[in-house]
Amino acid sequence: MIDLLGRMLEQARRRGATSADAYVVEDQSFSAQVRLGQVDTVKHAREQHLALRVFVGRSVAAASTSDLSADSVTRLVEEAVSLARITSPDELSGLPDADLLARDVAPLDLDDPVGHDLSPEAKIDLARRCESAALESDPRITNSEGGDFGDRRARYAYATTHGFSGEYRTSSFSLSAAPVAAQDGEMQRDSWYHVTRKRARLDSPEEIGRTAARRALRRLGARRVKTSEVPVIFDPDMAATLIRHVASAASGPALYRSASFLVGKLGEVVAAPSVTIVDDGTIPGALGSRPFDGEGLPVRKTLVVDQGVLRSYLLDTYSGRKLGMASTHHAARDGSGVSVSTTNLYLAAGPADPAELIRSVKNGLYVTELIGFGVNGVTGDYSRGAVGLWIENGELAYPVEEITIAGNLLEMWKRVEGVGNDLVFRDRTAAPTLLIGRMVVAGS
Amino acid sequence: MLARPERFFEDRFGLTGVAMERLLGGALRGRVDHADVYLEYRVSEELVLEEGAVKKASRHVSQGAGVRAQSGERTGYAHTDDLALPNLEEAARQARAIADQASESAVVAVAPRGRPHDLYTLAEPPISADLNRKVSLLGQVDKTARDLDPRVRQVIATLGSEDVVVLIAGPAGWTVGDIRPLTRLNVSVIVEDGGRREIGSFGGGGRVPFDFFLEQDRWKRFASEAVRQAVVKLGAVDAPAGTLTVVLGPGWPGILLHEAVGHGLEGDFNRKQTSAFSGRLGQKVASELVTVIDDGTIANRRGSLNVDDEGTPTARNVLIENGVLRAYMQDRLNSRLMNTGPTGNGRRESYAHPPMPRMTNTFMLAGQDEPADIIRSVKRGLYAVNFGGGQVDITSGRFVFSASEAYLIEDGRVTEPVKGATLIGNGPEALTRVSRVGHDLALDEGVGTCGKDGQSVPVGVGLPTIRIDEMTVGGTQV
Repeated sequence: MIDLLGRMLEQARRRGATSADAYVVEDQSFSAQVRLGQVDTVKHAREQHLALRVFVGRSVAAASTSDLSADSVTRLVEEAVSLARITSPDELSGLPDADLLARDVAPLDLDDPVGHDLSPEAKIDLARRCESAALESDPRITNSEGGDFGDRRARYAYATTHGFSGEYRTSSFSLSAAPVAAQDGEMQRDSWYHVTRKRARLDSPEEIGRTAARRALRRLGARRVKTSEVPVIFDPDMAATLIRHVASAASGPALYRSASFLVGKLGEVVAAPSVTIVDDGTIPGALGSRPFDGEGLPVRKTLVVDQGVLRSYLLDTYSGRKLGMASTHHAARDGSGVSVSTTNLYLAAGPADPAELIRSVKNGLYVTELIGFGVNGVTGDYSRGAVGLWIENGELAYPVEEITIAGNLLEMWKRVEGVGNDLVFRDRTAAPTLLIGRMVVAGS
Repeated sequence: MLARPERFFEDRFGLTGVAMERLLGGALRGRVDHADVYLEYRVSEELVLEEGAVKKASRHVSQGAGVRAQSGERTGYAHTDDLALPNLEEAARQARAIADQASESAVVAVAPRGRPHDLYTLAEPPISADLNRKVSLLGQVDKTARDLDPRVRQVIATLGSEDVVVLIAGPAGWTVGDIRPLTRLNVSVIVEDGGRREIGSFGGGGRVPFDFFLEQDRWKRFASEAVRQAVVKLGAVDAPAGTLTVVLGPGWPGILLHEAVGHGLEGDFNRKQTSAFSGRLGQKVASELVTVIDDGTIANRRGSLNVDDEGTPTARNVLIENGVLRAYMQDRLNSRLMNTGPTGNGRRESYAHPPMPRMTNTFMLAGQDEPADIIRSVKRGLYAVNFGGGQVDITSGRFVFSASEAYLIEDGRVTEPVKGATLIGNGPEALTRVSRVGHDLALDEGVGTCGKDGQSVPVGVGLPTIRIDEMTVGGTQV
């Protein structure tokens, strides 16, 4: 793969590119869905994707293709170079300085050399066991959207005209169930999942299925509540959605476009002192880890918010230069060029037992699901549909639905009154249980 | 025109109708209920202007094939981005593996009934238009937006175009092709006033040529709408929290229908009985003022298709008629299992995805009321005219959609603008509270993208001005 990239970069140079970089991804994936015990859908795929970015002087353009034949690569190079002739020059554009490039590919243990070696029947069986565990756990589980198993292995290679080349492999495995619970004409769906880079570390199908069933069952009998301003507790998955909004607002392109509620806030207090948000791409075997970023810079650990103070933005080379700062090695690639992405982003665990946090609330909401897109990244204004459990006198009392929660992200983060000790990395973004002192819950 | 996609794949990849027939016949005969091959070649291009210049340009080519075999409720799907015949044979073999557990049923798949439409044959597809003209248009958008208001700090204008050639081949030797142009111009502006910042966005497009943006100075309207919205939001007060009467303006607020009833009426959820609308055909699910249509046959619209991604011609399907639920939207698999017919709603994001029932252009028919009278009829409420995205839990029926431009209605008059707020409701109930329907049906400008199960497809929505007597508004003003 590195050879292919080398040949393409050489071709780009011959056609007039002053510099260029390119990456290729090859992946193979399988997924199986079982519904009510029967195989529903099985998918096999083999894909590849080749992308090139060229600089002609200070102008840039990108092109990508899924066809890796020699003719196609030649066309790709020609198209990228000719597109770069119509874009405007930008003196800040260009590859990162060569001395910042990763010197070696850190061994992060991201692939599973043995885990994929499982027959389609055995994979289907994992999905079936996961769904069955949900279906059999309670008579009120009457239907299902299925149990799913998926695995994917991929190979990434990246090279530049100024001397970088590196490649690495990744694996991932996922298992989930989405049962439907019904009672007195009411239907509620919920789900549970696990994703890992090593198959051996997947939670058992039975455990995932039973958790999914518990989650669907606890939604039965949902009521609406009266509009009020109350404390709101986010379960770990929902707390993770809140730190994603912080990461979006801290990303370079949003900042230099003034399209972020964190513009000009570096070094300032943006959250309660109990809030520390970290992005760490170096955790061995973790889902968001990678040895180098989308521009060949070594990944590292970045303290984004330290005890409430915004300490770092998330930058690629270009957005860094726009802001007069160095890249924080968060470049990500897609076919259109470079963007910014997090690696393993997490809210550091606090001291509180999550049960203690619930007990501390007299009257409030425990959120287990959020829907909709009501987040304004420019102002931080926040308004989303919520599902959860109502807290009465420190107890989870009854399920609630058809309500919204609203506030402003900057104020919400400053109103954090408790951070749980239950941080578990289930996904690329992770958080412990989080208590926000006051938000508006709209209902009847 | 119909021969063109066939010749395209034959000339470029040597994939003839005979080869397709042999592939499906050989690998799958006698083992499955349905099998098909979907070939796709897609070229797309994106130009992005920011800070007054087009600094980002990209072009992408993707090609591939998806082979599907179905038996009973089972689907085997394999896809490859290498269109060489041996790869397709391997894909067919993998798709068939699932069918090996099937009954003895023979291949019954028949050619789609009806002829494909001709809704978007263009003399010059948007992707072929001169790049310099496109760059120059983006420059004009930038200048116009900045000249409109000194508070404009940033203009981001994006012009995307694509051309997709598809060919669907069935086992009895039938093939159906389509060539689908699509383009969209989007303008976002950031305005700043005394430390307060806001964003406004507007755009449009469809299966139209590049000149569409120049006709009637559309590009100018997109730029000025983006600026207007951003400036209005600068002066917005906190939105109310709680249950209110809501008046929705015409056009894009039709996203209400997409979320409240559209997804819940897709055949797969109803076959599986996981939708809040399952088993409710013939029942009243909306006020008698409400008739909801899904129509994939409107010329040049973003959500329209000559044929769906299984080769079935699209149709105008009445989903809800005078408040009564009439039909679900279907693909081949789910209509076969529910003993009805496909409705031309079998869609997929690309060759990498199996088709499922999806919406096309979903809208409510116009009523009798004067829009101004509808607003006048409200003592205290919310008038919402622009929205961001929406989402629905099809099982519980709860749906949300987020207003990005909204105003208070006080004593029958539109007063202050309010900050963005999410509106939440229950699908089977929300439309029963529609008490007024205006005569001003409008379709959206051509910007919608619908996500389901990880697959995105372009769609359209439409709505006249309507009054909903009770909806929960997720503001912060208690």
